Amino acid sequence: MARPAEVAKTSPALETSTPEKPAPLGGMGGPLGWADDRLGIAALGKKNLRKVFPDHWSFLLGEIALYSFIVLLLTGIFLTIWFRPSMAEVEYAGSYQLLKGVHMSEAMASTLDISFDVRGGLLVRQIHHWAALLFVAAAMAHLLRVFFTGAFRKPREINWLIGVGLLSLATIAGFTGYSLPDDLLSGTGLRFVDGLIRSIPLIGTWAEFFVFGGEFPGHVVISRLYMAHILLIPGILLGLISAHLALIVYHKHTQYPGPGRTEKNVVGYPLFPVYMAKAGGFFFVVFGVLVLMGGLMQINPIWKYGPYNPAQVTAGSQPDWYMGWVEGAVRIMPGWESHIGSTTWSWNVFLPAVALMGLFFTLLGVWPFVEAWITGDKREHHILDRPRNAATRTALGVAGMTCYAMFWISGGNDILATMFHVSLNAVTYFMRVAVFVAPVIAFIITKRICLSLQRADAEKVLHGSESGIIVRSPEGGYSEAHVPITADEAFSLTQHERAEIAVPTPNLDDRGVKTKGKRVSGLRARLAQWFLGDEIAPPTRAEIEAARHRTPTSPDLPEVEADEQRELADRH
Amino acid sequence: MNTDHCPARHAAHDVAVVDDTRPVADPGLEEHVERWTDVNPSAGNRAYRQVLGMLALVPLLSIIFVVIYFAVPRDMEVRFLGWHSNAMHVGLGLTAGLAILLIGLACIHWAKQLMSDVEMVEERHDANSSPEERKEFLAAFQAGADDSALGRRKLIGGALGGALGIIAIPAVVTLADMGPHPGPGTRRATIEKTIWAEGVHLVNDVTYARLKASDLEVGSLVNAEPETLKELEGAHLHIEKAKAAIVIVRMEPDSIKIPDSRRDWQVGGILAYSKICTHVGCPISLWERQTHHLLCPCHQSTFDLADSGVVVFGPAARALPQLPIAVDADGYLVAKSDFTVPVGPSYFERDSRDDFKKGDN
Repeated sequence: MARPAEVAKTSPALETSTPEKPAPLGGMGGPLGWADDRLGIAALGKKNLRKVFPDHWSFLLGEIALYSFIVLLLTGIFLTIWFRPSMAEVEYAGSYQLLKGVHMSEAMASTLDISFDVRGGLLVRQIHHWAALLFVAAAMAHLLRVFFTGAFRKPREINWLIGVGLLSLATIAGFTGYSLPDDLLSGTGLRFVDGLIRSIPLIGTWAEFFVFGGEFPGHVVISRLYMAHILLIPGILLGLISAHLALIVYHKHTQYPGPGRTEKNVVGYPLFPVYMAKAGGFFFVVFGVLVLMGGLMQINPIWKYGPYNPAQVTAGSQPDWYMGWVEGAVRIMPGWESHIGSTTWSWNVFLPAVALMGLFFTLLGVWPFVEAWITGDKREHHILDRPRNAATRTALGVAGMTCYAMFWISGGNDILATMFHVSLNAVTYFMRVAVFVAPVIAFIITKRICLSLQRADAEKVLHGSESGIIVRSPEGGYSEAHVPITADEAFSLTQHERAEIAVPTPNLDDRGVKTKGKRVSGLRARLAQWFLGDEIAPPTRAEIEAARHRTPTSPDLPEVEADEQRELADRH
Repeated sequence: MNTDHCPARHAAHDVAVVDDTRPVADPGLEEHVERWTDVNPSAGNRAYRQVLGMLALVPLLSIIFVVIYFAVPRDMEVRFLGWHSNAMHVGLGLTAGLAILLIGLACIHWAKQLMSDVEMVEERHDANSSPEERKEFLAAFQAGADDSALGRRKLIGGALGGALGIIAIPAVVTLADMGPHPGPGTRRATIEKTIWAEGVHLVNDVTYARLKASDLEVGSLVNAEPETLKELEGAHLHIEKAKAAIVIVRMEPDSIKIPDSRRDWQVGGILAYSKICTHVGCPISLWERQTHHLLCPCHQSTFDLADSGVVVFGPAARALPQLPIAVDADGYLVAKSDFTVPVGPSYFERDSRDDFKKGDN
């Protein structure tokens, strides 16, 4: 249908009759020429204006994170116009009646002013908070997409590291942000962080005194957090995001496997005009949805919590969602503390909070290098893995998600206990075991599912897909007729290469001489066997050929139905 | 940049030949299927009208936004099925949100229905430079290195590196004033001390009224502060409150365990404990009257106030510090001294050997 008429390419008649189109933008004479004279933008645009990007919904997750960040910058600027990052005590005199005359910090009072006395202030504040939640959520979903499709492999390891850095900074940005209003909830969060900082062996007390300018809560921490929140962290974020995007442009985007997609090309739509419209439009969609959320869904109603009071706390206090897993780890940790000489080592706080966060980001950061070492794979990868075809990696990923989820659920152990009328202690004891056991179960189940899917793929390539047509044989047996799959699908299901599993280099070669050169250690070989050993190889060319001859599709079907079948297969 | 419209199957086959070792040969790009809007002019026109319609709503919504901003009273409420909110807030959110959303939807609709949807193929190159470029780079570097004279005068490199490293020290040192240095003396004057002292009255934490021992019922819990807190304000108030806050409980004297060393720390079953959790410092407040347990709402550490505040559950490791109390001549509760151990969460230099442990006497 869409095949262009080939004659058009060669027909001299057509070529000569085409009148020359006038140059767009009025040629390079006007403002464009002026700019090009100074910036050389034509050369840049020539290369990049029609840059091709592949299309897939899962590539939008990172975009959502980027757009949330832009919304955060825009709404954040608005908020700084009124917010006063000061812990000086004032008497509230704004229009929220229930807090009139109450003593609070200027930070809290100005946040109430934004919420009640600046028109549109509450809307912008709530957009800002929702955007922050979405920013971290989208970044995390994007990270999972990149992990499960193997997009972190060579040459993108550095971009993965930048991404891990972005995720950690995004959580810090979120935390410093929701600590600013100095309400009861955020003050409780700061008290918690004070405890975390204190728990660091050797330097904890010093770090606490340096962060808070002395004892908790002091009078400087809000203005310091404010500096970090509006200047330091967004500055670094902006720099890292630029690098993240620049590397995407340089490496070109990865693509999912499919007919015509190779490691040497990228198939998709051009930046101008399709991606400009789609991605630009998507920015407005994300922005629009965030504005609607800000208008319709309440978030962080600080006037209900009241100003911070170090002697008060609300039951059911919960941090923003991305800190929930750390909160959970701190909750279920047994009360271990060592008293060595005149020192105190609070493992009960240091391990689940500071050390666990460090471990999480370290594991994320080193994974691409660990996997490359295990598989010994030094090639560039631009075609994404289907998660099922990397069964062990996918299983590890799901195990990690399960572990995270268990910690996260633990962060609401009190809410679970109240909602389901179970003992809080029982929930806590259960979660202490679950954080270790559930990931193992998840790993086993996921790996089995992936391998089964691999077998199902091989089966489909060899014997076609199920037609839903039941055929009765002359002997009276029933069987389902299979229809052959299209060449496109068969290619997509078999294009992945099965990585070779490293075998340990023997110490002595055949002649008993010590081997030289690059060696494969026994450990690495065992890991490679564990990582790759169970993969189901896609059927070979000979097997496919043999299967085609052995199982002709439903020979008993009358001619007419066979036609229908072919149609079915075409439509597939 | 090697881009061309490449919908024709046979053209893409050139690529497939390379991968001939695969089980199934690459069939090349799918054929381009024209959209309904490509082949049906009225469908195309309809999509065109839809895009224009969406964009036309944006000015309308913007005007409504401005009207709401200036005309809707500040305290007007909207109610809808049990849900209520400020009218201006919801109005601004709805109009701005829809307007922005419509711009986005219009652009995407335009891209998906009216722009060309013929997929393009662009060649990809390895990330690394070509061997020639690497060679040229190394040559350029060598030329530069020769020019720098570093080859003959090697010490400059080391000296410069050292200088740059050392210059970081003054930069770091300028941060030393971020807070007081918590040496032993500073710690004793700050985190290891509260404003409780001999003779300081225990007062209700809201009304600052002195508490009479005879007014406390058995089973009750009162949040209290030192009377001297009243004189403080601002940061000082918060710092002291964060350490001095206490709970006072009255229990049946024969239902609680009182170690010999703490016989005279209580008044007829009235005991005072630090309200600040020994875990990460949340104020503890959930009192289980029957079991005499006090539960921290932040991380659920649970302390047995009938047993000198030892931990019975949760992540806390140390017992709640107990405040020795007595009554004055008029029957009001007073402190006998400051806490005997630092209150609040652990820190590295904390000497925790003297804290009360279960079974101590």
